[in-house]
Amino acid sequence: MPFIPHTEDDVREMLATIGAASLDELFDEIPQSLRIQGLDGIPTGLSEMEVGRLMSERARLDGRPLSFLGAGAYEHHIPSAVWAITTRGEFYSAYTPYQAEASQGTLQLIYEYQTMISSLTGMEVSNASLYDGGSAVAEAALMAVRAHRKSKSLRVIIPSTVNPNYRRVALSTAGNQGLRFETVPYLRESGCLDLSALESFANQDIAALVIQQPNFFGQLEDVDALTDWAHANGMLVIAVVNPTSLALLKPPGLWGAKGADICVGEGQPLGVPLSSGGPYFGFMTTRMEYVRSMPGRIVGRTVDLDGKHGYTLTLQAREQHIRRGKATSNICTNQGLLMTAATIYMTLLGPQGLERVAEASMQRTAELVQALTAIKGVRSAFAGPRFHEAVVQLDRPAAAVLAELEQGGILGGVDLANDYPELGSALLVSATETKTCEDIERYARSMSLALQAVRAA
Amino acid sequence: MSQVPADLKYTRSHEWVRRLADGRLEIGITDHAQHALGDLVFVDVPEAGRALEAGAACAVVESVKAASDVYAPLTGTVVESNADLATSPEAINEDCYGKGWMIRIESADAAGFDGLLDAAAYAAVLAAEGG
Repeated sequence: MPFIPHTEDDVREMLATIGAASLDELFDEIPQSLRIQGLDGIPTGLSEMEVGRLMSERARLDGRPLSFLGAGAYEHHIPSAVWAITTRGEFYSAYTPYQAEASQGTLQLIYEYQTMISSLTGMEVSNASLYDGGSAVAEAALMAVRAHRKSKSLRVIIPSTVNPNYRRVALSTAGNQGLRFETVPYLRESGCLDLSALESFANQDIAALVIQQPNFFGQLEDVDALTDWAHANGMLVIAVVNPTSLALLKPPGLWGAKGADICVGEGQPLGVPLSSGGPYFGFMTTRMEYVRSMPGRIVGRTVDLDGKHGYTLTLQAREQHIRRGKATSNICTNQGLLMTAATIYMTLLGPQGLERVAEASMQRTAELVQALTAIKGVRSAFAGPRFHEAVVQLDRPAAAVLAELEQGGILGGVDLANDYPELGSALLVSATETKTCEDIERYARSMSLALQAVRAA
Repeated sequence: MSQVPADLKYTRSHEWVRRLADGRLEIGITDHAQHALGDLVFVDVPEAGRALEAGAACAVVESVKAASDVYAPLTGTVVESNADLATSPEAINEDCYGKGWMIRIESADAAGFDGLLDAAAYAAVLAAEGG
């Protein structure tokens, strides 16, 4: 469906119909103090040729580094067909169409996406996607408070093993809507949530417990015990998961005796390239009993008068165009294009393909940890099972070592100094199926040299 | 023309109130309200034990075209809610003053009860709204 902006004539005709003489008159109820007087910070336009040149110069500055970064966004191989199909004109929009039912192909694709994500997470119902992993966690916290039938509590436990960026987004989004977040420390040996510290919240009136699996450090939490503990204490369980990992790990719908109540995560690993932090997309699934508390759009399948299958937006009474200020969320449109890519990625790989990606990534990370910890001055921070990410501690400052590595074209990991100062000099590293044995050897050699250089300096 | 039974009390926001033999109060939405909403697909009623404040939203009715709050006519405490509405929201369309009741409450709000509209006054409200 093409986007056609209105012409000067259209604007004049609309103003005449309303009875306003000018655009200024139309908006005159907005006080002058609230209006922007000019856009001084925005430079004048550039031609397409100038923009092309500027951007290729900037791209050159990035170089083609060998990246071992993770921390929420992961470099995976994306089959060429994914974006060749996604960028077809029929799909090329970020939005759910305004005349949704006129775009049956788009609705069918969203329906397929919802089916795949529900199946992957082991939950009953999915929405049509959210903005990203962080905003999905914030929306899940708000939803849990709304959906809890027995408690009116605005408190949610979000442990320190949850991605610090997600915690910040949840606080800035939901904190301003009255939610209060409690934190719980992790065990220094395992990097997992401290169950005995959690006990201090037993029998308190709390709406939900957030559990990230694998957690921010890449370690595997005891999700069954945590889920059962939360349910025994009257809390809902919000699962935050990596979609790739679900090819190997137990889906949240099967955690503990009753399963998680809401499941969210970052969808980027499913066919979305790394790109300066986004755009990515968030996913959210839940149980059918909570569907009316879920934010976002939902596509349903139905039959028309002739009994033929068709697709339609459903349960719209939750949404802001109907429910106004009491809508479940102000989210209406979504990351449609990224969700489209993810659907095609999952279709092309299939369950076996995704399992091979997950197994290879887990294997590569294990090899990476082995190679790095064989170096003098590098040790693994945590024992116990992990997925495709790990924390290593260095005997020299991480920032200096990372700067040395970058000189050699390697992005060596995420420095945890700001978010986890108690770990000392620590790096969060990840290797996916995109890294070869040679890549890992090259990183280990460079790490050894970088540490020597920092020691000598 | 909407039905307005003579033995009930009403609010301007289209709830009805019936005093039961045991002194408890039964609450639902009026014929005018169910007609305006259309076919109901979901009803969310408060659980027993919930404290209600007169004028505050206490339930939600959702139809194929809209979702609306139901306001507590009186201050009090919910003692029973109509569990059948979870699976049969259409009961409100079919019999809003009977099997479509929503909640039963205990209320010491005598002044509030006296302040509710009687059938004639509510019918006048509907007439003024063009209903």
